[in-house]
Amino acid sequence: MEYKLTFKRYDEALRQNKLLGLKCRDCGAVTIPPKMVCRQCASSEIEVVELGGRGKIQTFTVVNVPPEGRESEVPYIIAMVELDEGPWTMGNLDNVDPATATMALIGKRVTMKHKVFPGDKYSAGDSARPLFSLEA
Amino acid sequence: MRKVAVVGVGETKFSGRQEKTAVELFSEAAMDAITESKLKPRDIQSLFVGNVLGDFSEGQGMVQAFAAESIGAFNVPANKYEGACASASMAVRDAFMWVASGFYDIVLAGGVERAATMGTALATRTFAMFSDARYEYPCGITFPSVFALLAHLYSARYGIPLEKLKTQMATTSVQGYKYGQLNEKAHLRKQVTIDDVLNSFMVCTPLQLHDCCPFSDGAAAVVLASEEVARRLTGKPVYITGIGQASSGPLANQSRYLPRITAREISVKQAYDMAGIKPKDVDIAEIHDCFSIANLIAAESLGFFEFGKAGEAWMKGEADIGGKVAINLSGGLKSKGHPIGATGAGQVYEIVKQMRGEVEPGRQAPEPKIGLTDTLGGDGGTLCNLILQRGW
Ligand SMILES: [Zn+2]
Repeated sequence: MEYKLTFKRYDEALRQNKLLGLKCRDCGAVTIPPKMVCRQCASSEIEVVELGGRGKIQTFTVVNVPPEGRESEVPYIIAMVELDEGPWTMGNLDNVDPATATMALIGKRVTMKHKVFPGDKYSAGDSARPLFSLEA
Repeated sequence: MRKVAVVGVGETKFSGRQEKTAVELFSEAAMDAITESKLKPRDIQSLFVGNVLGDFSEGQGMVQAFAAESIGAFNVPANKYEGACASASMAVRDAFMWVASGFYDIVLAGGVERAATMGTALATRTFAMFSDARYEYPCGITFPSVFALLAHLYSARYGIPLEKLKTQMATTSVQGYKYGQLNEKAHLRKQVTIDDVLNSFMVCTPLQLHDCCPFSDGAAAVVLASEEVARRLTGKPVYITGIGQASSGPLANQSRYLPRITAREISVKQAYDMAGIKPKDVDIAEIHDCFSIANLIAAESLGFFEFGKAGEAWMKGEADIGGKVAINLSGGLKSKGHPIGATGAGQVYEIVKQMRGEVEPGRQAPEPKIGLTDTLGGDGGTLCNLILQRGW
């Protein structure tokens, strides 16, 4: 059985600021990050859909200790966003100064663009990730 | 299914960067366990070894085969287990199943890691390999940042102001250091106060240095035997009476349960049901306190305290000797240390030593009869629990 939404296709779309996911024909759940089957009912009757890329922040952190190779990026904010379609996804937060990131961020609405991680010697290439901004 | 006992245990000191290789460290722990069991290496029928990052830390793969030969268990089947920080618990669980099934009578299980040897930058990079490489790592996720996300979420979900939660979290770290200070095998042996925790370096908000466990080097090993063999070898067998294990995908996909870890609740229920006990029956527990917030999250899902109330429980001494359940009398990952491939076997080592009354004064629980171990790998990707009961 073929993988419906590969990382390659997801990544290419994200670089156009389009967030792709999978919608289940059996239970209606939306799955992202993509998987072989529906994350809720394990059905393989799933189709690729474009998501709005909007949602609200459920949690966040400011990272001060970087992994090897990402020393120039700190401090940066990671956020978990509950998308309007239901699932959560992980991304970075763009227009907030890490020094002022507090619990007040939780519940704030965000919109999405993207940023490319150039990759390192372990990562099998580069890849885009969602870059969120607080809604104006 | 046959009853299976731990008949001998061994452990190196958990520490910072070691001169010894993984094979050397594991061999030392293994020989201590075998000697304590009154056995010879040739009696071991198979090896089950947790090791996660041997390739990155010293360029060594397949450490289990070299370890088998090193200790003189020549040509026995040797298997490696990799479930990030839960690896050694998986090894002990599988070893248990092979003896319980009747296929083997005597086996060696354990694990080894040289996490400290990698240094902070490489260890932070490689530990992040247990998050999703495509959908999480590009965001710069690290092991502490996973639990930092959970800490802020915990504060929001249960309506506990962050400042109050941080004091509760710090209390768990202080308790870990209190006992680790007395444990001669522990990596970080020092007294730490709440103020020390709250004034330490900010790693990932809201987690500070003393909210985080260290990267450690070390090894631990246990000998498991069938009941019949165990009775011949020792008057103090510790039986494994319940086991559980479960898996999960990336953190985002666990959203319906977070900050609770679903896989833990599934795993520990298997273990409780198999042993026929309830959380209130547990006297001592070694739980996966990779970060202070992880203590609260774990203790609640294990059924010790109500959801959102574990921090208060720690502050009232309910997670201490004399409380509801004595947690991490070894010092836990926080102070005893976290050589990830060995950690679960180190937890079993501690429970067995506690039951035999063989730990240092000041951290000995009064005659514990039932103990529980809890290890978590990755973002909740692998959870494993073991229940141990005193057999005399
Ligand atoms: Zn479905």
